Amino acid sequence: MTAAAPSALTVLNELELDALTELVNIGVSAAAASLREMVGEQVHLSVPNVTLVSRPRAVEMLTEREAAKLVAVHQVFEGDITGRVLLIFPETRSLELVRAVTGGELPLEDIIELEQEALAETGNIILNGCLATIANMLERSLKMSLPEILRGDGPEFFELAPPPAAGDVVMFLYIDFSIRQRDIQGYIVMLMDMPSLTALKTLLDEFIERTTGVAVSQADARG
Amino acid sequence: MTYKVLIVDDSKLARMAVAKALTALRPEWTRVEAANADDALALARDSDIDVTLLDFNMPGRNGLELAAELRALNPSMPVAVITANIQTEIVTRAQEVGASFLAKPLTQPALAAFLDEAVQRLQTARP
Repeated sequence: MTAAAPSALTVLNELELDALTELVNIGVSAAAASLREMVGEQVHLSVPNVTLVSRPRAVEMLTEREAAKLVAVHQVFEGDITGRVLLIFPETRSLELVRAVTGGELPLEDIIELEQEALAETGNIILNGCLATIANMLERSLKMSLPEILRGDGPEFFELAPPPAAGDVVMFLYIDFSIRQRDIQGYIVMLMDMPSLTALKTLLDEFIERTTGVAVSQADARG
Repeated sequence: MTYKVLIVDDSKLARMAVAKALTALRPEWTRVEAANADDALALARDSDIDVTLLDFNMPGRNGLELAAELRALNPSMPVAVITANIQTEIVTRAQEVGASFLAKPLTQPALAAFLDEAVQRLQTARP
């Protein structure tokens, strides 16, 4: 695959990227509130960081942050925009997350047996909560696939089949979440190719106009 | 009576959305904006801010820490923290620092209710 053209990485202007970050912030905040109900402890969130990067750079960014084996809950979303969303955390902490969700009273063998199912269910609630909030605010509906558990490292997560049909730009967003008492932390990452990014740009412009009452061309000029 | 409102959010879009709702409800009020906690505190020190609307999830200090500092500067100022993060711990801490809690995305009726209450509090504090 060839490197992404510079124009592809700047497809969203400053205000559109700001709007997208704000949508992600609201989506993940809503999802965190659901996770808090599941684990009974406060879930801390970082300020989301949304950047458009090439696929190799996305791999690099994840590898810089996490050297150990990772586990991910992966879901595909389809609609006006299509892409993948992953909830990623270190594999060593996955049993602790299951323990937090199941209430911590189950014996280890039961937790191991439940791990796959509990991870899928937790991921589903967080990722669906996040994407449903974003889709609602964009006034579109998205179809979500069933959650799938992946184990591996950053490069594997970003090279899932089938490869993107067009373009090699991914939207890499990461937001840290942590449950401090249990030393659990992870990231939410979203991947999207060029046609979806173009469709997203249009939806963001409509959202900005609805929300602020100002057309994007005028709003951006306000600085 | 018109009042001056401080809007604090690191997102320009979010500030514009709050400004739109505020203008629709109280067109005669004036507003100032800040993109972070330090700028917000500087504005609060240098000018007479009556009401503050602030975001929870911001880089550096979060909205609750800022709310506490603003309330220390001006204990009678109505402050609302706007967030989609409705975790019990956060709602409780907002109440502890004397801030109101408004859900994001912000709706006009929710903002109207907060502003009505703010006006009542301001009139009681400064009849």
